[in-house]
Amino acid sequence: MGFFKFLKKSPWSARFGMLVIVFYVFLAVFAPILTPYGESQVVGAEFEPWGEHFVLGTDNLGRDMLTRLIYGARNTIGIAFVTTCLAFSVGALGGFIASTLGGWVDQILARLVDVMMAIPALIFALMILTIVGTSVPALILVIGFLDSTRVFRLARAVSMNVVVMDYVEVARLRGEGLWWVMRREVLPNTMAPLVAEFGLRFCFVFLTLSALSFLGIGVQPPTADWGSMVRDNATLITFGDITPLLPAGSIALLTVGINFVVDWFLHLTSGLRDEH
Amino acid sequence: MSTDGGNGAKGDILLEMRGLRIEGQSDDQWREIVHGVDVVLRRGEVLGLIGESGAGKSTIGIASMGHARPGCRISGGSIVFDGIELTTASEAAKRKLRGSRIAYVAQSAAAAFNPAHRLIDQYCETPVQHGIKRRAEAEAEARELYRRLQLPDPDEIGFRYPHQVSGGQLQRAMTAMAMSCQPDLIVFDEPTTALDVTTQIEVLAAINDVVGQFHTAAIYITHDLAVVAQMADRIMVLRDGHLVEEGEAREMLAAPKEDYTRRLLSVRTFRKEAVVGGPPPEPVLKIEHVSASYGATPLVLKDVSVEIHRARTVAVVGESGSGKSTLARVITGLLPPREGRIFFGGEELSPALTRRSRDQLRRMQMIYQMPDTALNPRQRIHEIIGRPIEFYLGLTGARRRRRIEDLLSMIELEPSDFIDRYPGELSGGEKQRICIARALAADPELIICDEVTSALDQLVAEEILKLLQRLQDKLHLSYMFITHDLATVKAIADEIVVMLRGEIVEQGEKQEVLTPPHHEYTELLLSSVPEMDPDLLDNLLEKRKAAPRA
Repeated sequence: MGFFKFLKKSPWSARFGMLVIVFYVFLAVFAPILTPYGESQVVGAEFEPWGEHFVLGTDNLGRDMLTRLIYGARNTIGIAFVTTCLAFSVGALGGFIASTLGGWVDQILARLVDVMMAIPALIFALMILTIVGTSVPALILVIGFLDSTRVFRLARAVSMNVVVMDYVEVARLRGEGLWWVMRREVLPNTMAPLVAEFGLRFCFVFLTLSALSFLGIGVQPPTADWGSMVRDNATLITFGDITPLLPAGSIALLTVGINFVVDWFLHLTSGLRDEH
Repeated sequence: MSTDGGNGAKGDILLEMRGLRIEGQSDDQWREIVHGVDVVLRRGEVLGLIGESGAGKSTIGIASMGHARPGCRISGGSIVFDGIELTTASEAAKRKLRGSRIAYVAQSAAAAFNPAHRLIDQYCETPVQHGIKRRAEAEAEARELYRRLQLPDPDEIGFRYPHQVSGGQLQRAMTAMAMSCQPDLIVFDEPTTALDVTTQIEVLAAINDVVGQFHTAAIYITHDLAVVAQMADRIMVLRDGHLVEEGEAREMLAAPKEDYTRRLLSVRTFRKEAVVGGPPPEPVLKIEHVSASYGATPLVLKDVSVEIHRARTVAVVGESGSGKSTLARVITGLLPPREGRIFFGGEELSPALTRRSRDQLRRMQMIYQMPDTALNPRQRIHEIIGRPIEFYLGLTGARRRRRIEDLLSMIELEPSDFIDRYPGELSGGEKQRICIARALAADPELIICDEVTSALDQLVAEEILKLLQRLQDKLHLSYMFITHDLATVKAIADEIVVMLRGEIVEQGEKQEVLTPPHHEYTELLLSSVPEMDPDLLDNLLEKRKAAPRA
């Protein structure tokens, strides 16, 4: 009950964002039921206009646009989510270890991350992906590790403020191990900014993924993906057809929705902090 | 000494607040925090506002400038300053008064000064801005005031930046700044609370001196009745936004009418019964010739040796920077010493925390100054107290819960009421009790108490001290009590260790240390503690003038 009351107090922007997210998740989960055709099934001529059979027309190979749009939600969101989770596990763990142990461990980890961040992420990703090949696991690992550097920075900075607290010293004096201190003392007190960052990071991963697909080394055909859908159908724009803008719009809408929710969350947590 | 307009003689009413009501905002609701208080202040009079935190004393003090803090609003009553009604006056009119005719001295001078400007620039800003004085005039006056406030090197000190002078000097510079336009009224908001005792007494004397010379009226806000006894002509005791008692300072201190005032007055009279007879029992903790420093910096502790005996309390006294907290860090193992050895219960302790056994860690517990930061805000009380029980004693499930309940009863909190709460839902005193319970949960022999009462209100602090005393009698605990407050020392100590700049200057049984002859630093510390005697300050200053200290 408390949760619904909590939702009731949320502003319209956050509600809109949550609605968008729920809608996308619904599409992603029930994609096979909701779609009229198969994901990579060629069902008609190339570039057919919007109409009765193909609500949003067909793409450059004659596959149904609506079907691929819905499957695209499944693939792109799924990969982005797993990648973000990976980035957070690695980044947050590294950040907490660096700040809790301090000293040379902190120095080595932090400098390593500095080196990683000095190389432009997109170019770095392009380089590694051309070496290891573009499978979905490779995509997830490469983007996940590259993004974990940002999470590391945030987690380290936030937990730095927590590890100097007396209650962390109490735990150390008690003889608690590193894992307990990180999990029970540091993590609960850094949760709010990390969750907010999770939303933002998800958007960036999503955009990186789409950008890589657009460049041709992201998700490989015939798997439906919004980034490559924009690229494949880009020529239609010259004929005044807005179909290629639909996947781009889907990306934009989800990004805006997530940001609304994140904003609300940030506002809530910072508001709570004011009271103390 | 008043400027344009205000030419009243001493004794005229300067400020009159009638039926003052102030509301504060919490959880989107306005709640009244000051419930209709009348304040009348005459020219040249010093009014002491005293009360515990939440009494509304600062709020009332600030309201005398027609101002309310963000999140507060003046909801009723009238504030008349020298014939001007401030509740209805325009912002521009109020701005003309502030700084020039009403000035404010904040609790933390370090936070109130702009660190990027020199002291004298900040002094001159107000009079020049208000068009009262020219820059050169203001500078000359600043030097004169610095001299009167007995700041060292008064001609040059103004050209330093705030971080280049000490806390006590900064607070005096702040007072000088408030005097810069020769205001009719100065509001002092706990100006000495953040200072060491020896510095506090100097600042009090300086303030007393200039306020007297210029016949400035003042509102002096403090939680410390002994401080207000030195300063005020008249005292108002406040509690929860109500006036408890008002009267002439001397009369009130001699014969308080209300029970609450009497409790505030008697707060420093708690004394531990002296241990009689018998040789001291075996030492629990023995520190031998310990020296320590942070990194390659000069030594913070120099050749310190202390013994703590079973069921006894050793108070370590000193000002900030004396090394008393560093001593605690060395004992707990957070800072391995450069030299020296530590024995605990007969065995030698490893200098580093990580090489001590779990049992050694269990037998030595610590309680901190700030209960707010010593409790994890995201853990419930039963997790906070339960963890040491589980960790050291291996109790789980129902037995763990029963032990938590026992401990809560021991610290006089109702178990069923507190066990599932978060620290944020407790008051300061309750939080400190939880910290005590957490220390007791490990079933320790020695508890190191680092300034455990200095963040608490006086009445609450006394309750905590009494609780610690009862626990010692019952459980035969040894305490090492780190404090800068001599009243606490007198109350609870068996033995006293006086520290100055990392060295022990005097140590021994309480009676021995507190009875003359003292070491000269102990003498200075003892004489600096404000007592409830309105004449103390004058007598003391005369004595110190006769024999100036090095």
